Amino acid sequence: MFGYIVRRLGLMIVTLFGISIVIFFLLRVVPGNIVDILFDAAGFVDPADKASLERELGIDQPLVLQYLHWIGGLLHGDLGYSYVSEKPALEEILPRIPITARLAAFALLFSASIGIPLGVLSAVNQGSKLDYALRVVSLSGLSLPSFWLGLLILMAGVAMFGSIPIFNPNPKTFGEMFSTYCLPSLAVAFRSSALTMRITRSSMLEILRQDYIRTARAKGASEASVNFHHALKNAILPVITVVGIEAAFLIGGLIVTETVFNVPGIARFLVEAIRWRDYPIVQNLVMFIAVVVVSTNFIVDMLYAVFDPRIRYSD
Amino acid sequence: MVTINYDSELRRAGALATSPWQRLKFLARRHVLGTVGLVIMILFVFAALFADLICGYSPLTVDSAHALARPDVQHWMGTDSFGRDVFARIVHGARISLAVGIGSTTLGAVFGVIIGLTSGYLSGWVDLIFQRVTDILQALPLLVLALVMTAALGPSLPNVIIAIAIPLIPIVARVIRANTLALREQPFVEAAKSIGMSETRIALRHVLPNTLAPLIVLATAQLGSTILTEASLSFLGLGIPEPYPSWGRMLSESAAEYVRTAPWLVIFPGVAISLAVFGTNLFGDALRDILDPRQRG
Repeated sequence: MFGYIVRRLGLMIVTLFGISIVIFFLLRVVPGNIVDILFDAAGFVDPADKASLERELGIDQPLVLQYLHWIGGLLHGDLGYSYVSEKPALEEILPRIPITARLAAFALLFSASIGIPLGVLSAVNQGSKLDYALRVVSLSGLSLPSFWLGLLILMAGVAMFGSIPIFNPNPKTFGEMFSTYCLPSLAVAFRSSALTMRITRSSMLEILRQDYIRTARAKGASEASVNFHHALKNAILPVITVVGIEAAFLIGGLIVTETVFNVPGIARFLVEAIRWRDYPIVQNLVMFIAVVVVSTNFIVDMLYAVFDPRIRYSD
Repeated sequence: MVTINYDSELRRAGALATSPWQRLKFLARRHVLGTVGLVIMILFVFAALFADLICGYSPLTVDSAHALARPDVQHWMGTDSFGRDVFARIVHGARISLAVGIGSTTLGAVFGVIIGLTSGYLSGWVDLIFQRVTDILQALPLLVLALVMTAALGPSLPNVIIAIAIPLIPIVARVIRANTLALREQPFVEAAKSIGMSETRIALRHVLPNTLAPLIVLATAQLGSTILTEASLSFLGLGIPEPYPSWGRMLSESAAEYVRTAPWLVIFPGVAISLAVFGTNLFGDALRDILDPRQRG
C-alpha cells in the first residue's frame, strides 16, 4: 500500500510537470503578445518603447529561460505578476478561489442529493414508465448547455422578480445567499446530477442481480431494507468515483456559468485572462486546475480502498 | 404441458426478419427513444445540407430597419440586433455544429485509434510514453484544454475542430488500448501468429475490426459533447468568429441584456443546441445497447 502511494505521488508530479510544459509552450505559440495588443490599441508604435516594455515584462528572453523562471518561482510560491493589473498573480487568484469553491460545493451537494435518490428509484422500477421518464430527463440534463440553462434561470428571475439576480460578495440574508450561490450552481448541477443518476442506476442494476440480494430477499428482508441497506451500500462505490471526478471537472461547467451570472470566480477569470493574453494568470490558473484534478483523482482512489475492504492496492 | 415454439414467437415479433427493412422496423420498435434520436439527427443533417433552400433569408444580410423584430409571419424566429433573420441563422448554424461535431469526433477517433492500437499492441516504452501523454491531456477538463488550444491556435473553424479533437484523443486511446490488450491474448490472434502473419497485419486485420463496436459507441457519445463544447467556446467568444452563425455565438451576443428585451434571441439558439445534442445522446444510448450489450443499463 505504502509503495503504491509513493508511486502514485511520483506519477502525479510527472503529470503536473508535463502539463506545465504543454501549457507554457502552447501559450507562446500564439502570434502577438500583450505588448502587441496594448500598442495596437494605442495606434502608434515606437519600437524603443515596445522593446523596453517587453524587457520589463521579461518576454524578450528565450522561452526556455522564461519557463525555468516561472517554474522556479512557482516552487517558491512566487507566481509572477499579472500583465493587466500589474498586481502579483497570487493576489489576483487567491481571493477568487473561495467563490468558485463555494459554487462547486453547492453544485456537488445538489448533484448528489438529487442524482442518487432518483438513480435508485429508476433502478428499482426498471422498465416502468417512471424509469423511462427519469431516463429521458437525465439525458436532457446531459444535453442542455449549462450557459443556456443559466440564461433561462435569469429569464425566470426577470419574469418573477422583474430583475436579474446580481452577484453579491457578502450575502447577509438567506435570499441573497440563494441568488448568489444556489442559482448559478443549479445551472451546473443539472448536468452533473444527470450523470450521477445514470451511474447510480446502472450500478444499482448490477448489484440487484447478485446472489446475496436474492439471499436477503429469501431471508425475508423488506424491499426498503434490500434496496437501501443491502444494495445501495455496495452500489454507491462507483458513484463516489464519478462524483469525485465530477467535482474536479465541474470547473468546465463553471466557466460558462460564472460568465452568465457575472460571478467573479476563478473560472470566469481564466476566460478573461485568455482574452487578454495575460500569460502569468492563465498558466498559473491552469496549473491550479490541474493540481485540483490530479489530487482529487488520487483522493478518490484512496477513498475507494477505505470504503471497499476488498480493494488493496499492491506495491 | 405447454410447449413454446420460440421460432414462431420470435418470427412474429420480427426478430428473425431477414430483409433489411423488416430488421430496421424491428429495431425501431424495440428502441423507440433511439429512433426518435435518429429522426432528430436526420432533420439536423437535412437542415445543414439544404440550408439555402429552406430559408427565405440569408443568415448574413443586415437589415437595420428591422432590427430586433419580434417573431412574426415574415421572421418566424424574429431578428437580431443587426436585423438578421434568426431562423436562417439557426438553420445555417446546423452546418457549423455538424462540421465541428463530425470533424472533431473523427479526428479524435483516428488519432485515438492509432495511439491506442500502437500503445496496446507494442507495450514497452512506447506504451509508457503514450500513457504519460494521455495522463497529461486527461488532467484538464475538456473545456479548459479546448479554451487554451483555441487561444493558442486562434479562432477559426478548422482551429476549433482541432482544439476540440485533441482532448478526445486520450479518451479514445484509453478504450482502444484496453481492448487491444484483451484481444492480444485471444486464441485467434495466436492462430494468426502461428501461420506466420506479420504483426502489423494482425493488428490491422484482426485486432482493429474487433475494437470497432466500442469505438462507434464512444464516438457517438462524444458527438454530443463536441457540439456542446463548440457552443460553449463560441458563447465565450473564443470559438467560431463573426459573422458565421454559430449557435453558441448567437447566445453570447444576446446574453444577459436580451434576457429582458428580446427573449427570442435567447430561446431559439438554445433549443437548437439542446435538441441536436439530445438527439445524438438518445441515438448513442440505443446504439450502445445494440452494439455493446454488456454495458446495457
